[in-house]
Amino acid sequence: MIVAEQKPLDELMNMIEPYNRILLLGCGTCMTVCDAGGEKEVSVLHSRLRLAEAKRGDGAHSYSEFTLKRQCESEYMDLLADRIADIDAVLSLGCGIGVQAIAESYPFLPVLPGVNTSFMGMAKEWGIWDERCAACGGCRLDETGGICPITRCTKGILNGPCAGTKNGKCEANPDIDCAWILIYRRLEQMNDLDKMRRYYPPRNFRAIPRPRRIVSRAIIGAGENDG
Amino acid sequence: MAKSLFEEKLQSDEFIVTTEIGPPKGVDIEEMAHHIDLLKDRVDAINVTDHQSSVMRYPSLGGCLLVKERGGEPVMQVTCRDRNRLALEADLLFAFSRGVTNVLALTGDCIDVGDHKEAKPVFDLDSVQLLEMVRTLESGTDQAGNELKGTPSFFCGATVHPEADIIEPQLIKFNKKVAAGARFFQTQGVFDLAQLRRFMQYASQFDVVILAGVIVMASARMAKFMNDNVPGIIVPQDVIDELATAEKGKGLQKGIEIAARFIRSVKEEKLCHGVHIMAVGNEARVPEIIEAAGLIGSRA
Repeated sequence: MIVAEQKPLDELMNMIEPYNRILLLGCGTCMTVCDAGGEKEVSVLHSRLRLAEAKRGDGAHSYSEFTLKRQCESEYMDLLADRIADIDAVLSLGCGIGVQAIAESYPFLPVLPGVNTSFMGMAKEWGIWDERCAACGGCRLDETGGICPITRCTKGILNGPCAGTKNGKCEANPDIDCAWILIYRRLEQMNDLDKMRRYYPPRNFRAIPRPRRIVSRAIIGAGENDG
Repeated sequence: MAKSLFEEKLQSDEFIVTTEIGPPKGVDIEEMAHHIDLLKDRVDAINVTDHQSSVMRYPSLGGCLLVKERGGEPVMQVTCRDRNRLALEADLLFAFSRGVTNVLALTGDCIDVGDHKEAKPVFDLDSVQLLEMVRTLESGTDQAGNELKGTPSFFCGATVHPEADIIEPQLIKFNKKVAAGARFFQTQGVFDLAQLRRFMQYASQFDVVILAGVIVMASARMAKFMNDNVPGIIVPQDVIDELATAEKGKGLQKGIEIAARFIRSVKEEKLCHGVHIMAVGNEARVPEIIEAAGLIGSRA
């Protein structure tokens, strides 16, 4: 899933400063699961904003709350139509995709990002999320024991550990495991170390030129690709 | 035919001594020139570091040109941290065209340990891929398969970490570097002869030259700092303890003593083909280390 962190309150208050009526908009999918921008977080943020403004003595804004099931899909956008008629801006607690989906649907509506979209990952334990996929477009997990060196090695290197690894940890951060030591141990357990002995050529970054688009084969077959 | 003077020297039975200099942060290259003059006839080659520890400095290639101008034999350290494959290829072409033909291929420290922590880490290639890239250039084409007008030729080396606490994955990578064309290795700093022996038992099956890395410590404090902050450095406690016995202000003297003793043992035991002395900021003292290790005399 996509993991994000809510922006600091000061930054949010600066962002909404030019507007009066703000819709605080949550997202019911990834942002709910990672505690960054679901229904609960929308409500808590609402209270924090009000409290901060009361403290400052300038309760200039009026807020409304709503949470879409998914901000990233156009089919949900119509549900917003009635709610944006009398607001000046949306403070979206959706990921960066959600913010842009709303902007694309409502050309005149200011959409402000309320979270910093961070990575694709999973919960390690309650309240802790770890990055696991860099969406590189060329999955090689079959060669690396199911552990991604592109995501989990700070250098994203492909031919084994650098010399900076110490106690199985990364030179960039001694709290983080060295991906290549993890890969080595797992391949060793699976008696599959030949995969690590192989030479891996430089990555093909041609998969990357942004923005990327994927067209499903079914659509190509039906000739519905709109380019 | 040898690709460089350094390669020629490595083909002899001499005990090889290399060292390294870190270029300045800025354009005042006087001190670097002084260090080169001091070292060029006392060692077989001088490495010039490439933004060592990810700290921005005058470039390695610029330092190598200065070494050449002053009559020394440079080894250009090349890391993959700051340049993509186009930039690396271009710099290698430039280096060759100006007579810089010894290359030490490195992945490079991560950005986070240096002084430009917000810079974009590149790592388009890793050290093994960089070695392969050099080989491709030598075959007359670039990474895209396009023909080069004029083909360069390099003498390539790499590093290895004989004292890594988990050694097997490092040895796998060492094999890959050998297969990718590394002909000499300057190891990470080694302190424990037993570990070096163990590594050499493994490495001697390959037809490559191994130069044991010797880091000169200036104090117990510096050793502890390096353990905590410099990637891949593991200074053992007994070395730290010995450094701590030095009188105030005599730490470097003690460090030189320890380094010289280590070098002497390596040479007497014929453990490997030579040493690579890393004086980390104390380049001017390298001649003393060489002398204290009993490696007296000009090598020019």
